[in-house]
Amino acid sequence: MTTEAGLASPATGAIKAETAEMLGRRLDAIFLPLAALLVGMLIFSIFLLFLGKSPIEFFQIVYKAGFGTSFSWTNTLARAAPLLLAALCVALPARLGLVIIGGEGAIVLGGVAAGAVAMLAPGLPGPIGIVGMALAAAIVGGAWIGGIGALRHYRGVNETISSLLMAYIAIALMNHLVEGPLRDPASLNKPSTSPLPDAWRIGEIPGVGVHWGLAIGIIGCIVCWLLIERTTWGFAARIVGGNVKAAQIQGLPAGLLMIGFTALGGAFAGLAGMFEVAAVHGSANASLAAGYGYTGILIAFLARHNGLAIIPAAIVFAGFEASSGLIQRRLDLPDATILVLEGIVFITILLSDALQDKISIVKLMKGDRT
Amino acid sequence: MNHVLEKTPHPPARALSLETLGMTMRFGNFTALRDVSIKVPAGSFHVLLGENGAGKSTLVKCIMGFYQPTAGQLTVDGREVEVAHPRAAHDLGLGMVYQHFTLVPSLTAAENLVISRADVPAKINWAREREALSAFMANMPFQVPLDVPVGRLAAGEKQKLELLKQLYLGRKFLILDEPTSVLTPSEADELLGMVRGLTTAGDLTCLMISHKFREVTAFADEVSVLRRGEYAGGGKVSDLSTADMAAMMIGEKELVRSARRVETSGNVVLEMKGAKAPDRSGFKTIEIGDLKVKAGEIVGIAGISGNGQMELMQMLAGQRPLDAGEMRVKDTPYTATRSEAQKFNVRYLPEEPLKNACAPKMTVAENIFFRDFDAKSGKRQFWLDGRRMMAEAARLVGEYKVKTASLASPIASLSGGNVQRAVLARELTGEVDLLVIANPCFGLDFSAVAEIRARIMAARNSGTAVLLISEDLDEILELSDRILVMSEGQIAFETPAATAEIGEIGKYMAGHH
Repeated sequence: MTTEAGLASPATGAIKAETAEMLGRRLDAIFLPLAALLVGMLIFSIFLLFLGKSPIEFFQIVYKAGFGTSFSWTNTLARAAPLLLAALCVALPARLGLVIIGGEGAIVLGGVAAGAVAMLAPGLPGPIGIVGMALAAAIVGGAWIGGIGALRHYRGVNETISSLLMAYIAIALMNHLVEGPLRDPASLNKPSTSPLPDAWRIGEIPGVGVHWGLAIGIIGCIVCWLLIERTTWGFAARIVGGNVKAAQIQGLPAGLLMIGFTALGGAFAGLAGMFEVAAVHGSANASLAAGYGYTGILIAFLARHNGLAIIPAAIVFAGFEASSGLIQRRLDLPDATILVLEGIVFITILLSDALQDKISIVKLMKGDRT
Repeated sequence: MNHVLEKTPHPPARALSLETLGMTMRFGNFTALRDVSIKVPAGSFHVLLGENGAGKSTLVKCIMGFYQPTAGQLTVDGREVEVAHPRAAHDLGLGMVYQHFTLVPSLTAAENLVISRADVPAKINWAREREALSAFMANMPFQVPLDVPVGRLAAGEKQKLELLKQLYLGRKFLILDEPTSVLTPSEADELLGMVRGLTTAGDLTCLMISHKFREVTAFADEVSVLRRGEYAGGGKVSDLSTADMAAMMIGEKELVRSARRVETSGNVVLEMKGAKAPDRSGFKTIEIGDLKVKAGEIVGIAGISGNGQMELMQMLAGQRPLDAGEMRVKDTPYTATRSEAQKFNVRYLPEEPLKNACAPKMTVAENIFFRDFDAKSGKRQFWLDGRRMMAEAARLVGEYKVKTASLASPIASLSGGNVQRAVLARELTGEVDLLVIANPCFGLDFSAVAEIRARIMAARNSGTAVLLISEDLDEILELSDRILVMSEGQIAFETPAATAEIGEIGKYMAGHH
């Protein structure tokens, strides 16, 4: 077969070529990150061997603590809820070519906003209070990350660095507020906002044993997937991400799209903070800065910024994090061990992204000669 | 130190001769080059003609050591040599100027030149290098700003720098891959004249890939023509007519002829009045005093690259906000938003379409869908219609003969001509009232160029107002009804194409008026 014959004209047998190519690309998108995850776990195993620990035992414990029992599943899914939303804060801007790594800031401020609403109007009935908290958290988180998008668009400020630095500012701002103006005088050891009225607390999804944040997180992922892959807005965003010059020559409002999608990502991260306050802690305090924003970066990259893929990726990482306590106790390892695993996996994921064009099922199928 | 010197032998002082014998290159079952023998004597100016895909690039890549030929020999200066890698070719004194730029955009011209040397020391004495560079530049027939980052230079200036680099590196056998695509005739003549001078003096041998017969007849000694990977003929340029060469190159295939120009008359579609915007350096102003394009006419904007054409395109496309003046389309103020462009049927074909008009990693179908994904017969769409996208792409890819493995292939996997066809398919479909084009044929082969120009002419004949910004004067002369010359950010000259005098146009392009 010569190359001429290989270049099938679309009129003849095109459908087959398309289906094959699209299928190959989907397989690539699943296979490469999975391979990266496995390679990362392998490298981590070597690290464990150096410490004189058994990798097999380690992963058995991870499995048991993260996914082995219904109790561990509940634990894992509860951790997955904020991770899903935090990952969206990375994935949405990433589709426009922006690397935002400061979702932590939006989570923290979203939580504080929720706590502040509860302090300002504790008399409101529960449902209104919850909606109010959600709105406040989404607006604050959206403005925080959207501001980073605006800085990038109007002033050319690098969004990766500014988002990271602004996360530190956000954490400092939270500390200032919960220790100062918003502090509940009754919170002695751990400065916090006033406890939420009972009616404002968000409960569990019946039969699952996990708070409603999980459902909102999953719905958020699906909505984002639909938005990016199936709507004209998402298509415009992908054009901006694919080549901003091409978007401009098509007259697309690249700047507005950047600001809009970063703000939407920030709004999801803000919601994550709200659920931490309303469903987990009961008030806003320093526990909000638990690192969900940073784990969200990993999840988004593992999922290749695809909303649907974020769901399993978040559950895997939630399982890792859920197991850290048991690992500490059983293997006598510091709880930062899981961070080492996550760090190694992140590097292998980035590596797999870089090798994307080299190792490819699509190419294998074509028998590409280059 | 000695060790270093041994590794980088001094380049030869005189022009080199070169010969290929039975050069054959197979990729799998595909034979890109079959039994090609050409002979380039020392100090000659040899042109390699052929359409894209004829095997010219493969041949020169075999010579330069990028490919190892399946069979055949290479002789340099009478000695048979093995060129295992490009470095070995450089050591032999062979150099190449590529179609695509190889300069580091963030470094200045001076830095690019110095770091390109094989013997560049770990610590560079810039004062001394600057002095050496000034002395070197003083002998060059054209100048390039040495202290501006290369990324900010226009295409034409970059190409000049690529050439300067090879001369700076002391190469004695130079392969030029369409070096004049972005130069004005006078620049090209100057450049090739200089190369010609060097070859006549016996300092350089040149093998040039070209599509322009004018350059062949004006400068070359000999020509070799390739067709479908085989040697199709050649000889002394003085013995051949351009018709002979074209026949060798094209074979029996029929070319797409430029459509006939029909009489049209129309209203003014585009008007720019006193439009001012800063240029890319920010120090100079681009000022378009009065520019009108009527329906059914092609207005060609000629000019040396870097005289504000890029900025004019950006002003028209809304990428460069105006400081003063205004643009009007169909007598309505126009700011190039998407809704305005859709309402007035304004389309853009920027130069280097893969870089400026496509998202390289998105699929062919998606790229073709860029223009009307959000509107269907005037109504805004919320849901992306994947089925409409595939149907439209399949139709247009067939109609415009875009060669692609599938509609789902990334557009970056297509050849330059096919990317341009895909973009043309996207932008010329439906009602087009104003078409703004920049360098549509840069780097494309003979038949693709003819086809694309025919499409532009057909659009004009059907009543589209066309503004053609091109650095290829032949293209301007072939297509335009009116010719404007841009120089130093302004329209310096205007003439109807029918009575245009090339000498006069050239004078204004060069800024002598």
